[in-house]
Order: sequence, then structure tokens, then C-alpha cells
Amino acid sequence: MLFTCGALFAPLLTSQDPYDLTQIYLHNSFQPPCPEFWLGTDEMGRDIYAAILYGLRTSLYVGLLSTLLSMVLGLLIGLLSGYFGGWIDRIVMHLADIQLSFPAILIALIVMALWGEGVNRIIFAITLVSWVYYARTVRGIVLQEKEKEYIASARALGMRHHMILFGELLPNVLSPVIVLATVRIAYAIVLEATLSFLGVGVPVTEPSLGTLISNGYSVLFSGYWWTSVFPGMTLMLLIIAINLIGDSMRKQLDPSEAF
Amino acid sequence: MSHFIFQRLFHTLLVLLAISFITFFIMYKAGDPVQLLLPPDATQAQVLQMRHTLGLDGSFLTQYKSFLLQLSHGNLGKSFLYGEPALKVVLERLPATLELALLAMFFAVLIGIPLGVTAAVKKGKWQEKTIMFFSLTGISIPVFWIAMVLVLLFSVQYDLLPSSGRGEVYLFTSALTWDGIRHLIMPVATLTLFQLALIIRMTQNGMHEVLGQTYITFGYARGLPEHQIVYKHALRNTLIPLVTVIGLQFGQLIAFTIVTETIFAWPGTGKLIIDSIQNLDRPVVVAYLLVIALIFVTINFIVDLLYTLIDPRVALQ
Repeated sequence: MLFTCGALFAPLLTSQDPYDLTQIYLHNSFQPPCPEFWLGTDEMGRDIYAAILYGLRTSLYVGLLSTLLSMVLGLLIGLLSGYFGGWIDRIVMHLADIQLSFPAILIALIVMALWGEGVNRIIFAITLVSWVYYARTVRGIVLQEKEKEYIASARALGMRHHMILFGELLPNVLSPVIVLATVRIAYAIVLEATLSFLGVGVPVTEPSLGTLISNGYSVLFSGYWWTSVFPGMTLMLLIIAINLIGDSMRKQLDPSEAF
Repeated sequence: MSHFIFQRLFHTLLVLLAISFITFFIMYKAGDPVQLLLPPDATQAQVLQMRHTLGLDGSFLTQYKSFLLQLSHGNLGKSFLYGEPALKVVLERLPATLELALLAMFFAVLIGIPLGVTAAVKKGKWQEKTIMFFSLTGISIPVFWIAMVLVLLFSVQYDLLPSSGRGEVYLFTSALTWDGIRHLIMPVATLTLFQLALIIRMTQNGMHEVLGQTYITFGYARGLPEHQIVYKHALRNTLIPLVTVIGLQFGQLIAFTIVTETIFAWPGTGKLIIDSIQNLDRPVVVAYLLVIALIFVTINFIVDLLYTLIDPRVALQ
């Protein structure tokens, strides 16, 4: 929560906009942590503390939006393929199988490397590799649920397909999907950071935590450790926090799927 | 059994074909490698000549057809960049990657299973809390971050371990020379830590369920020694989900070697694929993905066979 607030109110919490060139002074470059710059500055004289807050914004934005998109997409596809079965189901599941036979990071890497960097592109790439997990979970649940009596009676009452899908089935698959989503947010953020670290994620002009770490890494051997260590620590604490939330949510709702 | 193997082979072939087609298409759309290979002041004639030598002068379908024709002779084409057969380029670098992945998996299993078992047996005690906290942290740390902290500590701060390269290589591996081992420690530790956290979680989860079953209580009632109950009876029944996860995770490991190899300048396939994608070296990218896919399929196959060894009730279909 603290992280989210920090990211939302970043402009209020820092005296310097790290990407406004008029506010950056080159003579401040590579200051170690000191009272004026709590966490030091980088090669451009940028305040690391301010950069982290702005980086958090990008990271959370990418993580949340891509998770939301892939959740919606996965839900839709999972519902449809589980409910109707037949050739839709077969095609979708074959696609999912092929995709799952490659690690997500590899696919995202190739997609990003060929498309070039960009915030919207990376959200799309993460969505592309993540929908499968939701679709599979949802399909599994739908296959179980649709045999139950309440669906049969809904059909007997002559309810339309979309009513059954969204009125009857959707509420029943929602809670495990939301638990899955909390875990996947952490994964999406790490994926974004990793891709940015490899130089195929978000552009340097709109840095995320991953970009910051990557920038810092290039000067690590010159002894400027603070430029990469503080963004890294932030990223780590953020992920631990999300995973802790996910853990407790899973214990409360306890679906069988544990990723 | 033979029916099962045959079906698997057929399915694998289909998947590999689909992969080759998709990659081929993406790489075709991605851009013109000739522009990257020739100097900027190359004449139009040189460009056409180059395109012809590389077999890039047909439509997409013609190019893919000639690729398939070559493939049927076991030939994946020549690398645009290195001028050598793409498959050879990939296979030359494969040992370095497999070495990292296998060693990391070995250590993760060796340390992870006992820790997971301990966490399950000592439920509610400090041992469980410590181990599970460690595991949660381990899952939360991005791979590249582990690698960076290691470099910072052992190379920058104390200058104990080399931060790049493979060191001295003997018989395809660095693990047999002292210099090689020194180079191996950090990349392997990076990959191990991530896997370790996951294996601990899975083992603890599985053991937890099994330990609550009646036959375990009976075991205690009969006065069997605890280590026998835990390791012989309970662990065996948690192995099935565990083997699946280990199999699947091996794929993840190979993917994460891309990150590790980039950071430690390890001359394996991970670094190769990054370079090849950037240079639009299509034959190498296709060859890499096919080789990796083949490895995955083989692993899944071995995992299925292992099931029958662990639990004879499982029948192959």
C-alpha cells in the first residue's frame, strides 16, 4: 500500500522531476547518498529517490494493466471454450499447449525484441503470454460446473447462452481467478523488469524499476553501487509485499490451483 | 507403450512444425537482415546479390517452402551472420547452457527437498517459519537482481570471483577445471536460488497433505522410526507433483539462462539468441527454438515415464 501511495503521489513527494531536463544538474552526478539526495544521484545528476518513485509508477502501471487485460481475455476465452467445447475448445487448448511448451519470458523476449521497446507494447506482450494461465484455470472450473444441476435447470428454463455464461458461470469462477491474478501481478512486474533490464522493455525516457537497475548496473563496476541497489531493493520489497498479500488471499479463499 | 510413444512423436512433429512456421513468419515480418549485414553505402546490386545468396529473394511462402525442403534433409540453413550451419552454431553453444541449467537444478533439488520436508515436519515451529520466509523471499527476487547482488559482493567489493566468461573449458564443461569452477559459482548460484525457493514450497505443500493421511498416523502408531515414515512413505507420495514441477521448471531454467548468460557474459545459447534476434539472424533463431522445443518435449516425455516408475498405478495413454 505504501508503495502504491508513493507511486501515485510521486510528484508531491519529490522536489525534482527526474525526467525534466531543466531540473537536472550535471555537476551533481554520482553523488553518494547524502542529506540532499537521500539515495544518491546517477550519472546525469538525477536523484535516485525521485527516479525510484517515478519508476514505481511505470512498473505498477504495466503490472496492473497487463494483469487486468490478460485476466479479462483469459476469462472470456476460458468461459467460451469450456462452455461450448467442440472445435473452439480444441483450437484454444492446442494454442495454449504450444505456448506453454515455451517459457513465458522467452516468448515475451522475442516479441519485444522484434517490435522494439515501449510501454504499451510491453503491456501487450505480457498479456499475450499470460492469458493462457487464466484460460486454463477458468476452462477447468467451467468443465466441472457445467455438469451441475443449476446450469441444467438454467438451460431447461430456456436461458440464452450469454445469460448462462455471464450470469451463472462467471460468479463461480471469479474468486479463484482473482487469487490467481494477485500472484500474476507480481509475475508481470518481474517480467517487465527483466525485459527492461535486458534492454527490450520500456524506453529509457519512461523508465521503470527494471530500467533503473539496468542503468545502475552499467556503472556498478565503477563503484557507484547506490544507483542500482536502491531500485533493486524497492523492486524486491514490492514483490515480497504482493506475494504476501497473494499468500494470505489464497489461504482465505483456498482454490485448488496453486501457482 | 509403443502406441504411446508413436502418438507422442506425431504430436511432437506437429508442434515443431507449428513453431517453425510461426517463428519464420515473425522473423520474416521483422525486417530485412541484409540492411544490417551490409555497410550503409552498399550499392543496389550488392543488396540484390546478398539477398540472393541468403535465399531471401522469394515471397514468404517460397522461402518457407525451401526451408521445409532443406529441413527434410536435416538442414536448418546457414546463419546469416556466422556463415556456418545454424544448427551447428546452436549446438556448439548448447553445452555451456545445459551445464548451467543442470547444475542449478541438481543443487536446487539436493537442498530444496530436505528443506521442504523439514518445513512440513516441523510445522508451526521456528524451522518452518525460517525456511518458508526464505522461500518466499527467494520467489520474490528477480533472477537478474540475484545475479547483480552476487556480482556486487563477490566481484566488485571483494574481488573473489570472476564476473564474466566461462573460464577454462575441458571436455565441453567448465566443471572439471578449477578456473572453470570459479567462473561457474555465481551463474549457477543465481539460477539455483530461484529454483530452490520453488522446490521448497512444492515439497512442503505436498508433504503437508500426505502427512495428514491415516497411513502416516498408523506408521507412527506402529512405532516406525520417524525418518523412515517421512522419507520412505510420505516423500514417495509427494514425488509425483514434484517431478512434474521439476520437469516444467527445467524449461524455465533454460529461459532464465538468457538473463544469467547476459549478465555473466556466459557464451551459451542464451546470449546467442539475444544477439541473433538483434541481428535478425533467422536461421539461428529458428534452430534455437526448435532445439529448445525438442529438449522440452523430451523432458515431458521423461517425466511421464518417471510417473510409472514412482507410481505403478499410473498408466500411459
